[in-house]
Amino acid sequence: MIKVALIGAGKMGISHLAILGAHPEVSIVGVCDTSKMVTDVLTKYSGYNCFSDYLAMVDKVKPDAVFIAVPTKVHARFIKDMLERGIHVFSEKPFCLTPEEGESLVKLAKEKNLINQVGYHNKFIGTFNEVKKLLDEGAIGEIHHFVAESYGPVVIRKKQDTWRADPAEGGGCLMDYASHVVDLLNYLLSPVEEVFASKLQPIFSSMVEDAVYAMLKLKNGVNGILSVNWSDETHRKMTTSVTFFGTKGKIISDANELKVYFNNDTCPAGYSKGWTVKYVTDLTEEVDFYLRGEEYSAQIDYFINAVKGKVKNDINTFESAWITDKSLNLIRQKAS
Amino acid sequence: MERILFGDNQFFAVSHISDEKSRAQSIKFKDDQSIIRTLDYAREEGVNTFMCTTHERIANICDIIRSDPRKYKDFKIYPCMPYAHKYANAVTELGYVGTLKQYVPGNFFGSLFKGGVAFISKDFISIMELLIDSEMKMFKGINTPVIFLQNVITDLLLGLGMKDILKGFHDHVKKKYNAEPGYITMNMPKLLDLLEEVGISNPIICASINKAGFRMSGGKELYEKTLSTRQFRPIAMQVLGGGAISPGEALEYVCSFPKIESILFGASSKGNIEDTVSKIRLFDEENRVGEKLTA
Repeated sequence: MIKVALIGAGKMGISHLAILGAHPEVSIVGVCDTSKMVTDVLTKYSGYNCFSDYLAMVDKVKPDAVFIAVPTKVHARFIKDMLERGIHVFSEKPFCLTPEEGESLVKLAKEKNLINQVGYHNKFIGTFNEVKKLLDEGAIGEIHHFVAESYGPVVIRKKQDTWRADPAEGGGCLMDYASHVVDLLNYLLSPVEEVFASKLQPIFSSMVEDAVYAMLKLKNGVNGILSVNWSDETHRKMTTSVTFFGTKGKIISDANELKVYFNNDTCPAGYSKGWTVKYVTDLTEEVDFYLRGEEYSAQIDYFINAVKGKVKNDINTFESAWITDKSLNLIRQKAS
Repeated sequence: MERILFGDNQFFAVSHISDEKSRAQSIKFKDDQSIIRTLDYAREEGVNTFMCTTHERIANICDIIRSDPRKYKDFKIYPCMPYAHKYANAVTELGYVGTLKQYVPGNFFGSLFKGGVAFISKDFISIMELLIDSEMKMFKGINTPVIFLQNVITDLLLGLGMKDILKGFHDHVKKKYNAEPGYITMNMPKLLDLLEEVGISNPIICASINKAGFRMSGGKELYEKTLSTRQFRPIAMQVLGGGAISPGEALEYVCSFPKIESILFGASSKGNIEDTVSKIRLFDEENRVGEKLTA
């Protein structure tokens, strides 16, 4: 059994906790949150050993691994404290507020030889992994353009401000929302290297942007467009999609549906000239416990397996999330 | 429960396979009348139970149903609560305490707050009961013989091992609404174990059951074994496996389990409703004839 503790029982933390609670190889040794209401409920109804001080918790219950799901502002400090104690870390995204903060943590995790993962769950979605396979094979020829988009209904009116509305705490559409699709782009094709233009656009928020628009150049030389807006209520929930234009065809994918067009017959097995449509239902492996999406369980399974030494710790590492932090930083700098 | 239950995903742009389809549905069902029309198609096929989320638009549908008692004499609604996005968005915006303040009705919460938040955990089940009552308001005067807990909440509670709260839902639905409690889940075998642990016998469980093995957590084999050996009242949903299997093959599969009491499906067009209903009736008839022959 892997002994796991949770720091931060907000929405993502609780979701992780439920998946971990159902995991046959995990024993939950502690939960830490600053809300007494939350820890009271978790103590009474789940029987968890709850704490309000995260250091007191880990020093007492000595977990093998922790899940950190607290506001981004304190990621760096909390992660460092865990690594220094020799504890494996799964952190929520985005990784850190600045690339500088993240760089030392990447080094520290490597030095200490600890498993490190960040919760960019898109990499555990079947359609996006099929896109990666096609791109790696060069199936649609030379890529000359991409469009990366994400829309959803997070801030759809002027409202009470939480930490998500405070740029100093890691709030805003760039860090909280666009980070997903930027990270996906880094993974599928190549990291963002240059930002030609970017606009951080407030819509309903007063202190942060609700939309991010940018024109990007990736390390492999491909140019493309980023369009992200979390004030779009025409989407029931967050919808992320990517389109790649190549000399032999085109790929359009979101988390549910993959559409691929080939302009000739030399295409991979399972595809043919013209359009081929595949669904996530055919591309996703079942999980042992399901909550909100297979990817949330799959990323936790992967982390636990890495801690057990069963898989290599090479998806969503601190390093890859740090590269995404650097891309986000470039977009922010260009906008200012 | 009736053999065939009509679902509501299509009305609220929920598609598990295509965002384009979601948008098309959202355009098609913009008006309440288009929902009513589709429900009428289902009723014409003898499907008189509508299983739906406590989405705010359902309140309008309930008004229409109440306004014509003759037409909807035999019509039943199985509410599924809560509409999770409402609470999830509120938690993001207001935090847990703010969300409870917003949605727990009456003065109860005010007086609770005077005593401090520590009381909340002690009386969490009472708070849940108030939330159930507030979700049930829109169904006043409508026949709701089964009331469901939505899968996001069921599975969250399941993962957190909060069996007393699952039991609390059961007890309140029985006592206050004189209705059968039901649970929607993506983790059927695990849920059944936990419900039995708190003494809930023969529970109504609505789960993804399909030939493709889609969203059958723990595996298709375990589901099939559970269906053939355990005591509970299953409703099969997502029978098309997200669109991975042809409708005929898909329905033949779920109809082959005598244990499955009801089949939940949703469709947007008259043709698809007629087609699905007639296929289920046909497979059921074939299975009855088959049973007679082997007897």
